[in-house]
Parts: sequence; C-alpha cells; structure tokens
Amino acid sequence: MTRPMHTSLDVPIAAGDEESYSLRMGPQHPATHGVLRVDLELDGETILDCTPRVGYLHRGFDKLAEHRTYAQGLILTDRLDYVGAMANNVGYCVAVERLLGIDTPLRAKYIRTMVSEMSRICSHLLWLATHALDIGAMTVFLYCFREREVLLELFEELCGARLTFSYPRIGGVRQDVTHSFIGRLQEFARTFPDWIEDYETLIDTNRIWLKRTRGVGVISGEDALDLGITGPSLRGSGIRYDVRKARPYDAYGLVDFEVPVGREGDIYARYRCRMEEMRQSARIILQCIDRLPPGPIVSDDAPDLVMPLHGHPKKEADAGRWGTGLVRLLKDRSMFPRGEVYVSVEAPKGELGFYFVSDGSGRPYRMHIRSPSFIHIGALPTMAKGAMIADLIAIIGTLDVVLGECDR
Amino acid sequence: MEPMAIAERLGEQFPGEILDTCVHAGQVSVIVRRQRIVEMLAWLKRTDKIRLNHLMCLCGVDNRDRLQPPLHRFEVAYSLYSITHGHEFRLRAQVPAEDPVIDSATPVWGGAAWPERECYDLMGIGFANHPDLRRILLPDDWQGHPLRKEYPLKGREEWSGFTDLLHKVEELRSFDFNPDQTPGHGEEG
Repeated sequence: MTRPMHTSLDVPIAAGDEESYSLRMGPQHPATHGVLRVDLELDGETILDCTPRVGYLHRGFDKLAEHRTYAQGLILTDRLDYVGAMANNVGYCVAVERLLGIDTPLRAKYIRTMVSEMSRICSHLLWLATHALDIGAMTVFLYCFREREVLLELFEELCGARLTFSYPRIGGVRQDVTHSFIGRLQEFARTFPDWIEDYETLIDTNRIWLKRTRGVGVISGEDALDLGITGPSLRGSGIRYDVRKARPYDAYGLVDFEVPVGREGDIYARYRCRMEEMRQSARIILQCIDRLPPGPIVSDDAPDLVMPLHGHPKKEADAGRWGTGLVRLLKDRSMFPRGEVYVSVEAPKGELGFYFVSDGSGRPYRMHIRSPSFIHIGALPTMAKGAMIADLIAIIGTLDVVLGECDR
Repeated sequence: MEPMAIAERLGEQFPGEILDTCVHAGQVSVIVRRQRIVEMLAWLKRTDKIRLNHLMCLCGVDNRDRLQPPLHRFEVAYSLYSITHGHEFRLRAQVPAEDPVIDSATPVWGGAAWPERECYDLMGIGFANHPDLRRILLPDDWQGHPLRKEYPLKGREEWSGFTDLLHKVEELRSFDFNPDQTPGHGEEG
C-alpha cells in the first residue's frame, strides 16, 4: 500500500486553542440535496456563520433563451426544478401566453391544472422522503417513493417521459388525455389521502421527529417576506400568500381548494403545510377530472410546432430562418409585441416567475427566471445562524431547494 | 389601488424622477431615474394603501439593441406585489453604460442581496452599499458578464480554473495518488 499520508490539499483543522474553526459542507454532501456548498464557521457544533456557494449547476438558461424561439425555450424549463418539471413547463407557457396574448382553451387549462397538481404531489413526496431521511426516518422514504412511482408512471402514460416532460405547450397541451389515464389518476387521487395518513402515522407524533423539527429553524412571517421566501416555507410562518389564489392562472380560479397556513414558522409548521397541500392537490385533481370539458386542447392562435400533435389542424409553416430544429414557429411575426411582462405561478417550491422582455423579434430579448430555490438559499445564512450543525441539515431540507432551479 | 394611480402618486411624491410609463398585458411599468431608487422603493413599500411589500423579481436588462430615449444602456427592473392589497407594479431604473452602478435595495428588502449579486455577476451592474457584492453563479476569476449583448453565446477558451485543476491532478500523481483509480482493486496483496 503506497498511498500517501499527506497531500497538498488544504484540509482545515482547528488548532486546540482556537475558539472557532471552519468547515466546508458539500458540494458532494448528500444532505445538501444537490451540488450546494456551505462554508461554515463553527464553534463546537454551533454555527457562527454560514456562507452558501452556488453555481455548480449553472447552465446559463437566461442567455440560451435569448437565442431560441419561445417554443424552443420550453425545454429549458424541464431542467430547472427536475423534481416537479411539469409545474415549470406550465409556468413558462402561462407567461409566454400572457406576453403574446394567446387565449388557452378551457380543456387545456383544466388538464394543465391537473398535471401541475400531480407535479406538486411528486415534488412534495420527494421532499418528505429526503427530509425525513436526513433527520433519520428511513421508512417514510420508501413509502413516498412507492407513491411517487405511481405518479411517474402516469406521467409516462400521458406524454412518454418520466422527468423532463415538455408536455404543456404554448397555447395548450401537446396531447389529449386518454380514458385509461383519467381512470388511473382518479383512483390514485381517491386513495392518496389514505396514504398521507400512513406517513403521518409514522412521523406526525414521533418523538424524535418532533424534537428535530419543533422550534427549529424558526422565522417570523415579516422576516420571511423581507427575505423573499415564498411557497409553503412562507405560509408556515403565517402569511397567506399563494399565487394560485392571489393571481389565479389556468383553472385555479374555477376549482375549490384551501391554502393551508401554519403559525409557528418552524420546521414542523412547514411540514404540516406541505402535508395539507398534498391533500388539497388530490382534491383539485378530482375536481379537474369531474369538470374536464370537451373541446380543443390547443389554441388556434398558438405558434405552430412541428411535433406530433393530436387533432390539431395546422400545417407546418415556412420556417426557414428559424433553423431546422424540431420546433419551429410561424412566419407571421405580427403576433410578437414589444413590451415586458412578469408572470409567476405557484410551483411546488414557491413562486416561480418569468420576466420576459420582447422586442417583437420572435425570440425573448431577455428572459429572467425568478426561481424560489435561489432566493431560499439566499435566506439560509439568516435562518442557520446560531443553530446546531445537525439542524442545518433540517433547515436545508425544510426550505425544499433544488439546485438545478437555483443555478439555472 | 389601480397601478396607474400608484404611478401618478409616485410622480407627485418624486417629481422629475419618472421618465415614462408603459403598459403591456395589463402590467404597468414606470421608467425612472436611478438616483432616488431606494427612497422610491421604501416609499412604495411603506405607504398605506400601496404597501408593495413583496419584491417578486429583481433583474437587469441590457438595452443595447433597443436603445431609444428615455432608455439608457442598462436597466434594473423591480417587480413588486402587495400581499396586503393584491396589486402589482414595476419600476425600471435606468443605468448608463459609462457608470453602471445603482444603489442597492438591501436596506428595503434583505432578500434583494442575492438577486443583486446575480445581476452584478451576469450583467455587470454594480450595486452601491451592497453588503457582499461578489460573483455568485460564475467563478470569482471569470472574465466578462455573459448576459451583456456583446458577450458571445459560444466560446472556445477554457476557464482558467480548469487548467489549475489539471495541475492539481498532476501534483497528486507525484504522490503516487491517482484520483481516477479507486483504491482496493487489485492493489492489496
């Protein structure tokens, strides 16, 4: 064995007489949920200071989007929050439709609402699984993945993909839902609340779970708002702000659901919020299935795509200058206005927004993605200061960050 | 309150600061000078009946290809929303190319710190009085600001840090340490 005892890698080791020492957590640490590095300044196990470092997954979506047509930009959004990609797709489509003034048919709106909520359940299940695993509850992890698999199979039946869907498209959705899909989804949505009860039996009053989550990672509603935290993480602190209610998009104004709000602002309150949200999502899915109206699934105003479209009458347009890709836009450019618009949706992680500047050219002049994970990691130092190092794991888990969305 | 009414009140409160008002898809944006931007944001956040208390989106825009008065080379767009009253509003502060600096909004919203760092990193707009203005998504020694219009989409050069990493691997080899090879496979014997 000739492995060296010393290398030139600088490993920080606290000297005996020093009060504090620094430690790098990540970017390969499993509990950071991706490639997040946190530089910690510690006194024993207490965090004096913490500096998150992001950017390991930076792919430059803002820049890429400027060189693509609006329809081509859609596939970038799959790769933001890859745990709940459908919600990102829907967010992008809603934003582009608002910018271009496209009116979506009602059937497509209901379908998109339905798949967004499926995506929310998927994302929350993965959050619960990994969050519980981080804190030491292994069983929940397996249960959550079992149910998540049912949803992924449903997604596969719907559009052929399990993670990167690109199923919604500008002006509607790509394909209609089938009877078998609706039947299976309905069965899932009916039985899912019982499964949530199963998870709750495991951890809701579990003494270890309570000790790790009650009174830990507390943030007041005012502070959370100041830091820009959104989604269930904000609602756990008692502020009732949900984009689905505040600025309803798709069919959210037409279905009936409640927004769960916590009070304490600790990890447990956020956990309760997300569990109730899953119940509400199942409720929304059932309503969408009941009310799904007949009709077209793509708006006639929508820019055309050279894609296998189900029952859509448009033919391929002359698309010479737009390249030879799979996705092309109509030559008629009068539909592209000049102006800017910020549209956000309630993604599973929080408020996902798209800021578009259009100069009338058929491509975004500027696209900015307001991603909740980026803002939430920015809030990490405030929340982790003074906590124990083990609680940092719980705090990262409770903020529910995905680094693909953070770095873009 | 209607967004147009907010724009009018903002104009009365800060005379001469508003350069233009535009509406697209029902959203009102006000183009403003950069000098009193923090005062304006604080006023919009704290005034009764306006109370735009949620900073939804902060990002920089390079106006190079759509330059016409009153636009300057850069702008910083602040999309605001009032959770209390349910209205939205946008400020677009103009930043000239010669001196691309604007005051930081962190005294009004602590959460503005990271979006401002991103804007500095990718667009090259500086933020005065920012507590920690460093690059965020790109490496610290990166050259240029990718979201500026003159920055190419594709490049040929490699990031300098990559050569440093290769040197590190060479250095470790001299210790008979090969990172490509996992220990415990046929070494022991």
